[in-house]
Amino acid sequence: MIGYVVRRLLLMVPILLGLSILVFLFVRALPGGPAIALLGERATEESVEQIEEQLGLDQPVHVQYGRYLGNLLSGDLGTSVSTRQPVTSELARRFPATFELTIAALIFAIGLGIPLGYIAAKRYQGVLDNVSLVMSLIGVSIPVFFLALLLKYIFGVQLGWLPTIGRLGITVSLEHPTNFYVLDSVLTANWEALTDSLKHLVLPAIALGTIPLAIVARITRAATLDVLSEDYVRTARAKGLDPLVVDRRHVLRNAMLPVVTVVGLQTGLLLTGAVLTETVFAWPGLGTLILNAIRFRDYAVLQGGVLVFAVIFVLVNLIVDISYAFLNPRIRYR
Amino acid sequence: MRGYLKWSAVFLAAALTLAACGGDDGGGPEQAEGGATLAFGTSADPVVLDGALVSDGESLRAIDQMFEGLVTLAPGGTEVVAGLASDWEISEDAMTYTFTLEEGVTFHDGEPFNAEAVCFNFDRWFNFPKPFQGADASYYYQTVFGGFAGSEDALYESCEATEEHTVTLNLTRPSASFLAALALTNFTFGSPAALEEFGADEGRINADSLFVPTGTYGTEHPTGTGPFMFSEWRRGDRLVMERNPDYWGEIPGNIQTLIFRPIAEGAARLQALQTGEIQGYDLVDPQDYQTIEGDENLQLLERPAFNVGYVGFNQAVEPLDDLAVRQAIAHAINRQEIVDAFYAGQGVVAKEFMPPELFGYADDVTEYEYDPEKAKQILEDAGYTLPVKIDFAFPTDVERPYMPDPQANGEAMVADLEDCCFDIEVRTDTWSPDYLAKADTGKYGIRLLGWTGDFGDPDNFIGTFFQTPQKAWGFENDEIFGCLNDAEVETDIEARTSMYEECNRLIMDFLPGLPYVHTKPALAFAANVTGYEPSPVSLEPFSLVTVDE
Repeated sequence: MIGYVVRRLLLMVPILLGLSILVFLFVRALPGGPAIALLGERATEESVEQIEEQLGLDQPVHVQYGRYLGNLLSGDLGTSVSTRQPVTSELARRFPATFELTIAALIFAIGLGIPLGYIAAKRYQGVLDNVSLVMSLIGVSIPVFFLALLLKYIFGVQLGWLPTIGRLGITVSLEHPTNFYVLDSVLTANWEALTDSLKHLVLPAIALGTIPLAIVARITRAATLDVLSEDYVRTARAKGLDPLVVDRRHVLRNAMLPVVTVVGLQTGLLLTGAVLTETVFAWPGLGTLILNAIRFRDYAVLQGGVLVFAVIFVLVNLIVDISYAFLNPRIRYR
Repeated sequence: MRGYLKWSAVFLAAALTLAACGGDDGGGPEQAEGGATLAFGTSADPVVLDGALVSDGESLRAIDQMFEGLVTLAPGGTEVVAGLASDWEISEDAMTYTFTLEEGVTFHDGEPFNAEAVCFNFDRWFNFPKPFQGADASYYYQTVFGGFAGSEDALYESCEATEEHTVTLNLTRPSASFLAALALTNFTFGSPAALEEFGADEGRINADSLFVPTGTYGTEHPTGTGPFMFSEWRRGDRLVMERNPDYWGEIPGNIQTLIFRPIAEGAARLQALQTGEIQGYDLVDPQDYQTIEGDENLQLLERPAFNVGYVGFNQAVEPLDDLAVRQAIAHAINRQEIVDAFYAGQGVVAKEFMPPELFGYADDVTEYEYDPEKAKQILEDAGYTLPVKIDFAFPTDVERPYMPDPQANGEAMVADLEDCCFDIEVRTDTWSPDYLAKADTGKYGIRLLGWTGDFGDPDNFIGTFFQTPQKAWGFENDEIFGCLNDAEVETDIEARTSMYEECNRLIMDFLPGLPYVHTKPALAFAANVTGYEPSPVSLEPFSLVTVDE
C-alpha cells in the first residue's frame, strides 16, 4: 500500500510538469495581455511596450518559460500583476475560504444526498422516490448563478434571516490564526463569530452544493438498488441478521464505492471552480481570484492557480482510490 | 440507517435554528462609540494604499479618505480650493509656486506636517526607482510631470522648504494646469517617517529581473493627514478606517468607522444594500435604477458627467479626409435616439469633446442636427455618388462607462448611416487588445470610443486627443494644435477659459470626430445616509457623510 501511494505521488511530477507547459503556453495564447488590461483607453504604444518590458513579456517564449520553471523550483510562483503581491501568498490567503465553503457544500450534499438516495432506493418507485427524482432534475438544471441570487433574494432580502455577502458581518471581529473562520472562532472561543461565520456559510453552501446533492442522491439510489438485488444481501437476510445490520454492513458499504468516486470528483470540481457562487456571494476565495486573473491577463496568478488546482485534483483522487481499499477489502494495492 | 436519518434531521434543525436566531444583518449599522459605522460596497480591492503608485479608482477612493495634498477640489465639482496649503502665489513666469501651509497639522503617526515633509514627498516621486516608473503605477505622475529624475521632459525641478510652513516648487517650464493637477489623489502626502520606516520604496529584484515590492507601507501602514486613519485591511473582505480624533480640520459627518467591502457583482451589491449589510455602493447597474428609485428605503445619487463617448474619424482613411463626408456622417446619425434607447436615462447628448461641467466648455459650437436629407445634399454637392463606402468599427465583449452596450450603439449608427447615404463595412474586434490597439494605431476608418476625465482640466480631454498629431485621428491641423498648445501654458484662468472655448469651436468646425454622449454614473445609498457629494472626478470624502438613526 505504501509503495502504491509513493508511486502515485511520484507520478504527480511529470503530470505537473506537462501541465505547467500547457498552461504557460495557453495563457499566452489568450488575446490581450496585462498591459492593455491595466491601461484601457489610456494605453499608448509606448506605455504598453513599457509594461511588457517590465514584466519580461518581450522575451521569447522559451526564455520566459525557462525563467518561470527556475523560479517554480525554488518555490517562487511570481508576482500578481494586479495586486503586486506574491502569487504564493495570494493563493495561500484565499485557499482556506474556498476550502471552508467546499466542506460546507459537501456536508450539505452528502448529508442530505446519501440518505435521500438511500431511502429513495429502499422505497423504490414510492412517493419519495419520485419526488426526489424531480428535485434532482431541478437541482442539476438550475443555473448556479440564478439559484444563488434567488436564495439571497428570499432568505436575505425578503425574510432577512441570512446574510448575503462575505464570510463575516462588519460588526463582528475575529482573530485569524488559520483563516478558516469557523475553526478560528472555535480556537479563540469567539462564539459570536462562530454563529456569524456559520450563518454566512449557509446560503453559499446550499447554492454550491445543490448540483452535487442531486448527483450524490441519484448515484446513491442507483448503487443501492444495484446492491439490494445482490445474492449476498438475500443470503444475509435469510441468515436472520437484523435488517439494520444488513443495511449497514452489507448494503451501504458496497453501495458507497461509486458514491465515493463521485464525491471525490465533485470535491475536486468544487475546490477548483466555485467561481459563480463565490462571485455572487462576494466570497474571497480561489474562484474570484482566478476570474480576476483571467480578466487582467494576470499570467502569474493563472499559472500558479492552475498548478495548485492540479495538485488538489491529484491528491483528492488519490485519497478516493485509497479509500476503496478500506471500503472493499477485495481491492488490494501492491 | 435510522442513525443516519437522525443525524440528518439534527443537521437540518441546527441549520434552520441558526438561520432563525438573530436576523440582525437586516437591521442596519450599529453605532460604535461616539459615532456611526458605515459599510460601503466597492467593486474591487484597492491595489495598494500609496497614492503615487496607483491609477485605479478603488485605490484612489480609499486613499482619498486618509490622505491630503496641497490643494483639493470643492465637493461635487472641479474648482480648486485650499487643502493643506492655505494660500499660494504663482510667479509671473508660471514657473515658481509658493505655498503657505496650514499649521498644527500632524500625520496619523503623530509626526508634524511641514514644508520639509512636502519636499520629502515631491523628491520621493521624482526619484522613484525605475520599476516604479511604469505606466500602470505612475500614470498620473507622468501625465502631469512628464518624467522623472534624469529625464529631459521632467516638469519638476526642485522643492525648497524656505520656512517651517512655506514651501516653494520650481518647475522647468511654465505650466498652468499644474495647480489643478496637484489636487489629484496621486499627489497627496505620506509621513516621511512612516514612508522610510515601512519601506515604501523598498523591493527586491527577483529571479525574473522583476521588481517585487517588499515594504509594508502601502499595505499595512499608510500614514496620511486625512480625516480617517487606517485600521485594518483584509483583502477580498474589508478595508477598515477609523475617524481621526486629531484631525486638523472639521469633520461635519458622524462616521466613526468606515468600511469598504469589495463586491464584484452589481447585483450582489444591490442585494447587500437591501439587506443592510452595506449602507451604500458605487457603480450601480443601469438596470437597477428603477428598483432603487422605487424603494423608499434607498436613494439613487447621480454623479455629474465627466466622460465623453464619440464616433472617431481617422482622416488617413479616405474619404474621411474630406470635411463634407464628416459633416454628412454627423447629420446622418440620430444621436438623441441612441442615447434615449441604450443609456437607461443616464446619458445626455454631447455636442463637444468635453463635458459641460468643465471650464472652457463653449455653448456656441457648431451643432449637427439629425437630418439625413441634409447629409445626402452635402455629399451630392461635393460630387460623391451615393452610397459612399466606409468602414465602421466597434468593440465587442466590453462595457465602458460612456458606452454600456457598444454593439447596440454601433449597430444603430450603422443602420442610420446606411439608411441615409453610406455603404458600411462593419468591423468588430474584442476590446482587449485588438480593438484598442487597432484604434490607437489608426487601423480603423470610423470607430466608437470614449474617455473618462482624470482631473478637472480641459487639457485632460481635448489636449489628450487633439494637441499633437496621432495615428488614431490621422490629421495635422496647426490651427488646432497651436490653440491647444497656447491654452495649456496660459496661467490667467479667465484667459485660459476663453482660449479653450475657442479651441472647442475650432474643433467642432473641423469635426475630427462626432461626440455623442456624456453619462452620469450613479451611486446608491440607504435612505438614512446624508451628506454624500457625488463628484465628477469621484473625489468623494466620507468625512461629509452622516448616518441618521
